[in-house]
Amino acid sequence: MSLVNEVRKAFYLDSVALMRYSRTLAEMTGVDEAAMMMGTPANREIMTNAGLLGPDAEGAEGGDLIIGIRGRDDASAQAAIAAAKQLLDQPSGRAASNDVWRPRSIRAAVASEPAANLALISVSGEFAVAEARKAIRRGLHVMIFSDNVPIADEVTLKREAAELGCLVMGPDCGTSIINGVPLAFANKVPRGRIAIVGASGTGIQEVSCLIAAGGGGISQAIGVGGRDLTADVGGISTMMALDALERAAGTEHIVVISKPPAEAVAKEIVKRIGESEKTFTVCFIGAEPGALPANARFADTLKAASVLALESAGVTVDATAASNPQPAPSGRDRIIGLFSGGTLCSEAQIIFARAGRPVVSNVPIPGAPGPAEPETADRLIDLGDDQYTRGRPHPMIDPGVRDAALADALRDEVTGIVLLDVVIGYGAHEDPAGHLARQLEDAAGHGPLIVASVTGTEGDPQVRSSQVAILERAGVLVAPSNADAAALALACLSGGKP
Amino acid sequence: MEAIEQANRAAVGRMLEADPVLIDVVPACEAIPALADGRKILHAGPPIEWDRMCGPMRGAIAGIAVFEGWSAGLDEATAMAAEGAFEFHPNHHFGAVGPMTGMTTRSQPVMVVENRTFANRAYCTVNEGLGKVMRFGGNDAQVLKRLAWLRDVAGPLLAKALRECGGIPLKSLIARGLSMGDEMHQRNVACSGLLLRELAPALARTSQDVQLLAELLSFMGGNDQFFLNVGMATGKAIMDPVRGIECSSIVTAMSRNGTDFGIRVSGTGDTWFIAPVEMPEGLYFPGFTETDSNPDMGDSTIVETIGLGGFAMGAAPAVAGFVGAGAASEAGNYTRAMTEIGYGENPEWTIPALDYLGVPTGIDIRLVVETGIAPTINTGIAHKEPGIGQIGAGVVRAPMDCFKQALRAFADEMGVSGQ
Repeated sequence: MSLVNEVRKAFYLDSVALMRYSRTLAEMTGVDEAAMMMGTPANREIMTNAGLLGPDAEGAEGGDLIIGIRGRDDASAQAAIAAAKQLLDQPSGRAASNDVWRPRSIRAAVASEPAANLALISVSGEFAVAEARKAIRRGLHVMIFSDNVPIADEVTLKREAAELGCLVMGPDCGTSIINGVPLAFANKVPRGRIAIVGASGTGIQEVSCLIAAGGGGISQAIGVGGRDLTADVGGISTMMALDALERAAGTEHIVVISKPPAEAVAKEIVKRIGESEKTFTVCFIGAEPGALPANARFADTLKAASVLALESAGVTVDATAASNPQPAPSGRDRIIGLFSGGTLCSEAQIIFARAGRPVVSNVPIPGAPGPAEPETADRLIDLGDDQYTRGRPHPMIDPGVRDAALADALRDEVTGIVLLDVVIGYGAHEDPAGHLARQLEDAAGHGPLIVASVTGTEGDPQVRSSQVAILERAGVLVAPSNADAAALALACLSGGKP
Repeated sequence: MEAIEQANRAAVGRMLEADPVLIDVVPACEAIPALADGRKILHAGPPIEWDRMCGPMRGAIAGIAVFEGWSAGLDEATAMAAEGAFEFHPNHHFGAVGPMTGMTTRSQPVMVVENRTFANRAYCTVNEGLGKVMRFGGNDAQVLKRLAWLRDVAGPLLAKALRECGGIPLKSLIARGLSMGDEMHQRNVACSGLLLRELAPALARTSQDVQLLAELLSFMGGNDQFFLNVGMATGKAIMDPVRGIECSSIVTAMSRNGTDFGIRVSGTGDTWFIAPVEMPEGLYFPGFTETDSNPDMGDSTIVETIGLGGFAMGAAPAVAGFVGAGAASEAGNYTRAMTEIGYGENPEWTIPALDYLGVPTGIDIRLVVETGIAPTINTGIAHKEPGIGQIGAGVVRAPMDCFKQALRAFADEMGVSGQ
């Protein structure tokens, strides 16, 4: 055992800094005890009691710094003394931390950012309404990403918020772009004069990306939640969003996207559109086109919605699919579609229905006739549906959710084509195409054809063209849109003739 | 909700209107007449009996019994305590507070802080300094000798000076301390210096014996924590007028006795809500580790109750280092985190490094439970065995269970069914 003292005359350091240094030294190998203290009588007593004060430190006074090391042997003690001197001579000289404080409650967040007027709520569904209430009582609009909120709570909350003049986007609202800021799952699209109000997250993503690809831009994209246009909710948020956009000078054209609304709600919306001074595209996926006022046109697919919106904004679009079909393996005439976006799955069903091919789906579009022989019919599956995501992330976050179904489809001997969507953007997986390419490695060349689309833009973190390139290298036929991919799949099946 | 909001506004209003002034030092039995009869010992924290007391608390009780002449020696005092020869009461029940073990008995000098706005007074003993001291359970001859000197020399000298100068206003003094790097719990260097500077002329005018005056000045000048006890009495004087406001969910006291942590809430009167006290995390003096440490102790959490200590960490980056891996540059985050559970800010007690953010003021139990953020407390760490004293310093959280219990009781009081 070896005790070594060293004294620095007239060298002051704060006691907390010294305690931290002492701990560093005490943790060195071969050091039994270590202390660095100013030589005040109280400190000298502490060091004496700890067996850290020897004759070498006898003359030290209050303004002197004492280093005391008790080591297993002299070499260990001397090494610690050297380390101590290094700590004294070369203080860290840089900020040890860049940790920025983040508020943990809506109240504190508002206090730190008083100009904020929107809260994005993404907590477990059972707490979402309580948090949303806190927000609207502070005058904030809310976007509720959470799902599993009872519909009765949604109705009450939306009514309360409307009283307070606050818009509730959601619950289960996956996508919004407010003042150019993408929220939750959304893409980097240019700003422009087209607004979207949508009860479908992937619907908003697909339409906004196609508008961007066609040279248009988005003023606002307002998600309202999948149930807003049901009879229970009555379109409260959709109507508020339309009112707000009516007043917004930067918006000329408005696209409304939803599953077929309840009849009474559809009527209200159409009436409201008729009173508007702006032009509209109405895209009720799976609904029959009803009578619309002169300032509105009906789109039966997301792609058609983007084309009509672009035309209204004065952009002409070449809407023909750019990809060349290839013949699917002969003797295999079944298509299996595995989608991460629910509305993309619905859109594909419409394309298939139009081509006279009834499909099996876990999310069938209303009124679609079921196939005569469901066992061998085409299957278009939404893997984002609850039955696949219970206890798992959404396939847009974790593309692995699709792996098992994809492997089954690739092995299936009557399947000629596998149809896929790849959705990128903020919130989505960092490289869904790469993940898909790895799953396809073994199947390349001898299995079914793979047809896909990529919903996204060049500005997205994953970069659309890079994702497309990865898929094409893996042998995937990539179409410019989801609707085009569905059409391409059908064309490939009919022998590769467009 | 509206009633609670109004009550809390009133509660925090009283806190901010307070005008604490250090006016006197008197024997405890003068300030608290109940101490004159019997063998009463006031201690830190919520009520506790001998068999549940921690080591340092027992050590301090043995020491103070000898000091008061109730026992001839420490062993006899311990035996007497076990037999029930002494009456134990919390300081808080007598308008007093005490650091760590918080011993207050009849002949000890107590500092008197008067809240001039509400004409109430609060008391705290004089800080003993560092090393082996009674507040950490120290009880040997050296400790008792220092207590006698405080009683016979320091107390009377301070009393004369304070009476002569009409008292030292504390609100602005604390404001200056905050801008000089104190948070008034772990770090009182600036305020101790400022107080000494304010008192020095009066001390000089009123002391006849230069030798004794020099002793006092040297004692105060050598004790960086001298102001802690003044700050604590300030806290008590500020919070007492906030007690018992119907419908208010503001915490009026947080306190620990080394075994239990207790809080009181304005709207639930003088009920203590109690949970087991937690272990501080921190840095230790050489020769000691966390296995030696006693759980959290003392009435000093009254300073957090008024927005200082852990709540004012941003003012004192140097003490932030006590928290495990915490960096000095993160000190402000502690204060900002406490804004989540504070009703408002104190516009006079501001922190320059946080762009003059006022210290978070008025702990609302509803916000504590809702956010899951428990108050951060800066504290000294005592050795778990009696008689050894302070072995380190660190940070500890108030136990969440106190706040949950309080919220349930508060909801009952408000006629709201809680779960």
